[in-house]
Amino acid sequence: MYDFSYHKPSSVADAVKLLAADPDAKAISGGHTLLPALKHRLNKPTSLVDLSGIAEMKGIKREGNAIIIGALTRHVEVANSDVVKGAIPALAYLASHIGDNQVRNRGTIGGSVSNNDPAADYPSAVLGLGATIHTSKRKIAADDFFLGMFTTAMEADEILVAVEFPIPEKAGYAKMKNPASRYVMAGAFIAKTASGVRVAINGAGPCVFRQTAMEAALAGNWSAAAIAGIKQDADGLNSDIHGSAEYRAHLVGVMAKRALAAAG
Amino acid sequence: MPQVTLTVNGKQHTVDVEGRTLLVELLREKLRLTGTHVGCDTSQCGACVVHIDGNSVKSCTTLAVMCQGANVTTIEGLAKPDGTLHPMQEAFREYHALQCGFCTPGMVMSAVDLVAKNPQGLSEKEIREGLEGNLCRCTGYHNIVKAIAAAQDVMHGKRSTVAAAAE
Repeated sequence: MYDFSYHKPSSVADAVKLLAADPDAKAISGGHTLLPALKHRLNKPTSLVDLSGIAEMKGIKREGNAIIIGALTRHVEVANSDVVKGAIPALAYLASHIGDNQVRNRGTIGGSVSNNDPAADYPSAVLGLGATIHTSKRKIAADDFFLGMFTTAMEADEILVAVEFPIPEKAGYAKMKNPASRYVMAGAFIAKTASGVRVAINGAGPCVFRQTAMEAALAGNWSAAAIAGIKQDADGLNSDIHGSAEYRAHLVGVMAKRALAAAG
Repeated sequence: MPQVTLTVNGKQHTVDVEGRTLLVELLREKLRLTGTHVGCDTSQCGACVVHIDGNSVKSCTTLAVMCQGANVTTIEGLAKPDGTLHPMQEAFREYHALQCGFCTPGMVMSAVDLVAKNPQGLSEKEIREGLEGNLCRCTGYHNIVKAIAAAQDVMHGKRSTVAAAAE
């Protein structure tokens, strides 16, 4: 790992100033994606801005018909939160299955969502629930947030502050993990929300995406039978030593049915 | 050079570190606490697990400088000052839960956290799932799981000794 200077601001405004002043600075929270990348020298930031001391980015609360989760909230906190378990159990389930216990004790929702790893879990819940991303500058709808592999709508000096999840009528998540790395090969987050049925697929493609054919079918008939005949197009899906695009396309259908069963 | 002050096994230390210094490097190279191991160095194998403020973490994927004010416990801090082993250590010995011993410090630290967070008790399946972040390349987990099952009964006060004969 190359060395870097270290800063620990105590407010979002100060963190933004530090990031804006240095185009090669990076924000860090749990560090469980960034530090492995730095060890591989895939990235060479001149400075790291440690967000962990910013109180306004912490905590879980219910506001009206939504759950707002601060960006610094660790996976273990979402998994164990009575507020989340009561309102969106599928989200608590998802958080309880990220990585392993030690990863969940450090990794944060803000880091996972802003990194937008195609094999990460959280982006599927953000897109599947139609969440709203609160940043240091604005609010961004999930549909406009995930732009491509490791790419989001956020700018270099913009910080993810919180994620606002509307509470769905029902929701479910299922994933096929790579048996060695435990990263998602293909996953599905399905929700029946006030604004309609949403089906988000992670792991299978270069970026989380909505399976609109399944959404339309489930809107008319919320049952496994409704999506049984829908084939995911393999074109554009990930193909690597762990599985071909065709295999992942097949997994999308299987995971969607499991997610639907989990949603009930 | 940044400076970090933290408590390790009950003793406070103030150490000069680089921004990039990992917690495991601070423990092993600055404090000479070499019980914590570096296995994969990619946050998968769990040989480097220590507790920060009571939570198990991978110290190879934690910056030392981010541990300002933290309360760290390593494998060296588990036994009592008079040398009496922690029930988890005693159980690993009793059930032959180690062969080469490389993964053992991380296994024990993960297991202590896992059991402490689950006072209702864990099934064999739950123990196996709870060890997802720790890899062992020689014993094959079976005796490790047996040791943790025995230690949890002692940690939760359900029996007084981990001895296999007490089963």
